[in-house]
Amino acid sequence: MVLRKWVASITAALILAPAAAMAKPVTIQWWHAMRSARGEVANEIIKRFNESQDQYKVEGSFKGNYDETLNAGIAAFRAKKQPHLMQVFEVGTQTMMLSGAIYPVFQLMKDTGNDIDWSRYLQPILSYYMNADGNLVSMPFNSSTPVMYYNKALFKKAGIDTIPVTWDDMGVATKKLRDAGVGAGMVTAWQSWVQVENYSAIHNIPFATLSNGYEGLDVELTINNPQMVKHITRLKEWAKDGRFVYSGQKYQGPKAEFLAQNAGIYMDSISGIAKLKKAAQFDWGVAPLPVEADMKNPQNSIIGGASLWVFKGKSKKEYKAVAAFLKFLSTNEIQEYWHKETGYFPTTIDAYESLKAKGYYKADPKQEVGITQLKRRDPTKISRGLRLGSFTQIRNIINEELELVWNGNKTPQEALDSAVKRSNIKLKSFAKTYKKRS
Amino acid sequence: MQKRSVFKSKYLPYVLILPQLLVTLTFFYWPAAQGLIQSFFLSDPFGQSNAFVWFDNYVAIFTDPLYLKSIGITVAFSLTTAFVSISLGLTIATLANRATRCKALIRTMLVWPYAVAPAISGILWLFLLHPSFGVVALALKKGFGFNWNPVLNGGDALAMVIVASAWKEISYNFVFFMAGLQAVPHSLIEAASMDGASPFRRFRSITLPLLSPTLFFLTVMNIIYAFFETFGVIHAVTQGGPGGSTNTLVYKVYQDGFIGLDMGSSAAQSVILMVLIVGVTVFQFKFIEKKVQYAG
Repeated sequence: MVLRKWVASITAALILAPAAAMAKPVTIQWWHAMRSARGEVANEIIKRFNESQDQYKVEGSFKGNYDETLNAGIAAFRAKKQPHLMQVFEVGTQTMMLSGAIYPVFQLMKDTGNDIDWSRYLQPILSYYMNADGNLVSMPFNSSTPVMYYNKALFKKAGIDTIPVTWDDMGVATKKLRDAGVGAGMVTAWQSWVQVENYSAIHNIPFATLSNGYEGLDVELTINNPQMVKHITRLKEWAKDGRFVYSGQKYQGPKAEFLAQNAGIYMDSISGIAKLKKAAQFDWGVAPLPVEADMKNPQNSIIGGASLWVFKGKSKKEYKAVAAFLKFLSTNEIQEYWHKETGYFPTTIDAYESLKAKGYYKADPKQEVGITQLKRRDPTKISRGLRLGSFTQIRNIINEELELVWNGNKTPQEALDSAVKRSNIKLKSFAKTYKKRS
Repeated sequence: MQKRSVFKSKYLPYVLILPQLLVTLTFFYWPAAQGLIQSFFLSDPFGQSNAFVWFDNYVAIFTDPLYLKSIGITVAFSLTTAFVSISLGLTIATLANRATRCKALIRTMLVWPYAVAPAISGILWLFLLHPSFGVVALALKKGFGFNWNPVLNGGDALAMVIVASAWKEISYNFVFFMAGLQAVPHSLIEAASMDGASPFRRFRSITLPLLSPTLFFLTVMNIIYAFFETFGVIHAVTQGGPGGSTNTLVYKVYQDGFIGLDMGSSAAQSVILMVLIVGVTVFQFKFIEKKVQYAG
């Protein structure tokens, strides 16, 4: 009796064990920085992926804001406990690319036998994350671009019939707004990203040497060029009579001014649409960023947001899982869901066309403004993006120097010269750090 | 007569202080040593390359005009914050000490702000003083035509972080002054008033000298607080801006290390900060403590 029981249980174990092992999915970790509403959308995507098949399982964890997530990833890599996939904001691109810690996405896809037609992706988005050879190093995830929001009611009150297209139009419109008693003509969020980085891209002016840093580490900033100085000087002029009001480095201040109807025009990321839809008590519209009158064919604007990086040091099986997940993210279903829920762009042309075919943009034209501005022209070497080390610090320097312009401590030329000089020190030190290795 | 108690075993005292020693070693000496080593290296954040660069990081820091400016800001900020919070703490404690009714309630209410985390205190003040959505700021602008703008004006921004940092510390100072005041013998005050000393004179000649140990302790604590723990307030309120006008040394370490991922420079800055605060504290003990009158 006892023996028979033994035999039975051993046989059962022998039969069940491999089956159990086969049923256990390969698990990969994804660290991200998507909180609250966006976090829920990310979780929903993970859930859908896990339910769509039983070979792989993604575990998502929220690691704080972008800086915190990046630092968590660095600490984890140093302790050899890195996740498979990590979301890093666009300014961290150069640091990640040179980190020696990553497995480039194009390589991963090739090695796992996934033949992907990258030309079916929106090029101005991909180009931000490509290396000098045009190969994709990280997978774009959440991408946005700055646009111009305007208050239709205030426009009517001020007698503005046409939406400003050029910066000259802006001067007239903001003047009218001020004359009608509006507190501020225009406000802008993220001044470095919108007024310097995107202004440069749209007008095809180099932000830095060596194709904005794509072609080498000995890069220097060039934002003290005459046109940039002219643009900042103009804004400074407008600041004197309230046509432009500076209300903070990030978006909270400017958004508050726009929502309180203290400002008629507000420039910020397209991903702000969702918030405005909820909070604005008035009729408003979205338009492309203004351009200079002599710029007949403005370039694409550049993106902000984040991409997904694959860490090295994992097994082949796990990389198969990562590739499957990345492919899943590019499907129309997920791309459309992501775009609708968050306002971030779909990354593939197919998803965009599919949304178009379904009449989504006809029903909600506001959502299309950003994407039209982004893809209105193929990116040039100058408008494809920025590839700078210590970029967060450089943005910080630009912010500081611009603030010194707004509060009258420096002239635009002085401030931009100083921004270039200070940034170049950071860039040099960055180059030194990475050259010692090679 | 020997007052000290003596342990029978020679080793027992060492065993007893071992836990504290371990905590200090792991959480202070070890990271401090790591920081010191890191400050002589130029390394990438992922730790793939480490180049020994001697004092390059220090030279870079001291040739950076902004760092020198940041030292000035830190000194001004710390002294003002400490002065404001100590003097207000002392004033409130003196007043509360005279309260005849609801003493316990008043005391509890006054201690409350200390329980608020620095970052939250910063946000609270931001909601009062932000030019775009701050209640007080908007009232100042609309009611008095006073152009308060900490987003643009460095002086206003510095004032705002000082107010937010000092506010929290007032409660802490209040508790210690309250305890100190209660230790002042009533007989002395009464004797002085019989001799015809005015309230101010009584405070200056009796209360203040007897409070001097507390005052000294609080000066040290407040300066250390203003140097290190105001990070949360600055991070929540100004992020060092506008134009770097509230960028204190501690905030710069965070910006360069955590945000900028420049490990060598931020380690060197931490070492400088450590030397600075050790220097200040030694100075305080050496020169100011002489004037302190400990009772007994």
